[in-house]
Amino acid sequence: MKPDLFPILNNIAPPQECCSKPSGAKQLLDRPMDRRTAAGVMAGALVAGMGLLSTSCSITASASEKEQAHLDWEAIFQGNYRLMTEDEKKNTVERLQRSHELHTGKTVRVSAAEPKEKVLYGYAFNVSKCRGYMDCVRACTKENNQDRASDMKYIRIHEHAKGEMNFEHAQDDFFHEVPAAGHFYMGTQCFHCQNPPCVPVCPVGATWMEPDGIVVVDYDWCIGCRYCMAACPYDARRFNWAEPQVPEQEVNPNQHYLGNRPRKKGVVEKCTFCIQRSRDGRNPACVEACPTGARVFGNLLDPDSEIRWILANKKVFRLKEDLGTEPKFWYYMD
Amino acid sequence: MATVLKQFIRDAFEETTTGNRSYHIWMGVLTALMCLGAYSYSVQLRAGLAVTGMHDHVSWGLYISNFTFLVGVAAAAVVLVLPAYVLDDVDFGRAVLMGEAVAVSAVIMAISFVVVDVGGPARLWHAIPGIGLLNWPQSMLAWDIIVLNGYLVMNFCIPLYILLAHYQGRQPDKRRYVPFVMLSIFWAVSLHLVTAFLYAGLASRPYWNNALMGPRFLATAFAAGPALMILILEVIRRKTDFDVGDATIHKLSLVVTVAAQISVIMLLSELFKEFYFPTHHSLSAQYLYFGLDGKASLKPFIWLSVGMVLMATLVLTLHPLRKRVGWRNTACVLLFLGILLEKGLGTIIPGFIPEPWGRIDEYVPTWIELTVSLGIWALGAFVFTVLAKAAIPIELGRKRFIA
Repeated sequence: MKPDLFPILNNIAPPQECCSKPSGAKQLLDRPMDRRTAAGVMAGALVAGMGLLSTSCSITASASEKEQAHLDWEAIFQGNYRLMTEDEKKNTVERLQRSHELHTGKTVRVSAAEPKEKVLYGYAFNVSKCRGYMDCVRACTKENNQDRASDMKYIRIHEHAKGEMNFEHAQDDFFHEVPAAGHFYMGTQCFHCQNPPCVPVCPVGATWMEPDGIVVVDYDWCIGCRYCMAACPYDARRFNWAEPQVPEQEVNPNQHYLGNRPRKKGVVEKCTFCIQRSRDGRNPACVEACPTGARVFGNLLDPDSEIRWILANKKVFRLKEDLGTEPKFWYYMD
Repeated sequence: MATVLKQFIRDAFEETTTGNRSYHIWMGVLTALMCLGAYSYSVQLRAGLAVTGMHDHVSWGLYISNFTFLVGVAAAAVVLVLPAYVLDDVDFGRAVLMGEAVAVSAVIMAISFVVVDVGGPARLWHAIPGIGLLNWPQSMLAWDIIVLNGYLVMNFCIPLYILLAHYQGRQPDKRRYVPFVMLSIFWAVSLHLVTAFLYAGLASRPYWNNALMGPRFLATAFAAGPALMILILEVIRRKTDFDVGDATIHKLSLVVTVAAQISVIMLLSELFKEFYFPTHHSLSAQYLYFGLDGKASLKPFIWLSVGMVLMATLVLTLHPLRKRVGWRNTACVLLFLGILLEKGLGTIIPGFIPEPWGRIDEYVPTWIELTVSLGIWALGAFVFTVLAKAAIPIELGRKRFIA
């Protein structure tokens, strides 16, 4: 690896440690004290909790209602995913699976797969090949269980007139046959910056970069202040302004805690390079769906990967490099 | 001590629940507005923030704008605190408790505006160190949580200590409270700077990413805050026997004048930088002042604001006009409203327009946002009235502790 060719690969620092001591109510509850005492500390959650508690103690509620109430009660005190132990992560995803089953009668698989060793994901986008078909956008929405009511999209396809690459003059809401004559197309999404400006701003540490380079959000820890949305220079983050709607038959049951599991209203979400797929050794849905082969995904630390070949042999560039965000998302042309 | 506190609370309760007809009407109107705000907030809680005018491209709106403005009002209490406690300036001495009551009310309003803005208010405990995780010192919002709550506690406790002393008919012990006063002066300046840094630290928003952000926040705050103080003190001296005297008002108006002049200079230098050679980074300012792509919803408001601030600064700068009650009060109203408009619509919202890839998606607040905001302002006025109503008879020596 030539150091000057891939400055980003030399700048890989271990993810910032925001805190070392355990925190979160879950962690608090695991201390040697009984549940009632610990619950007393959580004054804010008590009001909501009492209703659930009364259901769980009720003699008229059915067994599944009681179980649901118990799971909802536990969810209130769930800690920050990043600080959970292996066991806590396992329990949490099991609870989410069981909760989904009780609600809908359907089973989903929520994975807590950890990042693999010596993996750093990167992405390359071939500007010459993209023709604006938007198959990536549709595949992304389906794969990641995004809100259908507001038509939430992680990917934007910008249509540029040939002769300039000024995004202010580009269109991202075109409704005509593509590719339009005299135009070319560029997709933007989360660039999974190696120096992500959205991460340090979070007041509660609900978003971070995983060791494999994916910037993720703990949807259950996010308080919905939207500071990260203001901090992102690439319009990568989305907010659930209302309760997200996904028809039950369209829910993708193959989920990851940090990825496409169903979100709730009032939390931020974003592209995760389809973490439920990529940590399974598969390509993200957008890469798989692209009919022209404009999208390439791979491991930047693997010298034999396609993405490394592109970085070494193509003239690549990134967007807003002057901000020092070090996106792991490159554009190139044939 | 317990009996003093018990009697103090009983007296304060009695004082705040009795009054003439206009007092009851005032409190009744405020209560009604708070109820309206609470109802609107309940709608927002059920349906989500979708009932506001915000969207993914303008993700902060009226709530955060109000928060920003009120932090400035709160910080401006220091104008009264500094000379009164440190320099022993008796002129400000009488007004200082009112100043701190304004600070307490403004901080309560600011915190309320943040609470109504978050998507998951039930999860706010995630920010409490120990049981949650406060991402300090990385996040400027974590800093803001600390300074806001600290400022609230200090501005509540210091006047309470002084009042309790006066209530028992003795002088408060300077050694006990002056160190905290010093701390709160430092705290007030950092309160506003930290809030400015919250925006100025974002490289993604060139309109905010600007070294003048903090100083200009301070200048406008030290104009709007004391301007509001003057108006409140004028009302109090007319409605009650508590008269701070002309000298205090004159000194305060001098502070307002200098701050307004400085903020006008800063406005000019910002306009020069944005428009002498407009770049890609000037698009937000272009949108704000002239509109972009035929979209210009903020344009009338910002020009109204600039006009009001310039007019008020001119009136205050001319000594004969500033010394006349009518002119001075009009100038204070203009200045306060002008800065409210500028902070409310001209600072936060254009930072999001155009969005990072250049789209112009405008923002218009909904009725829900307007009524929730109105309710929070009513809450602030209610809190201030209660604090002032309870404090004034003690300061006048009418209410005393009887053992």
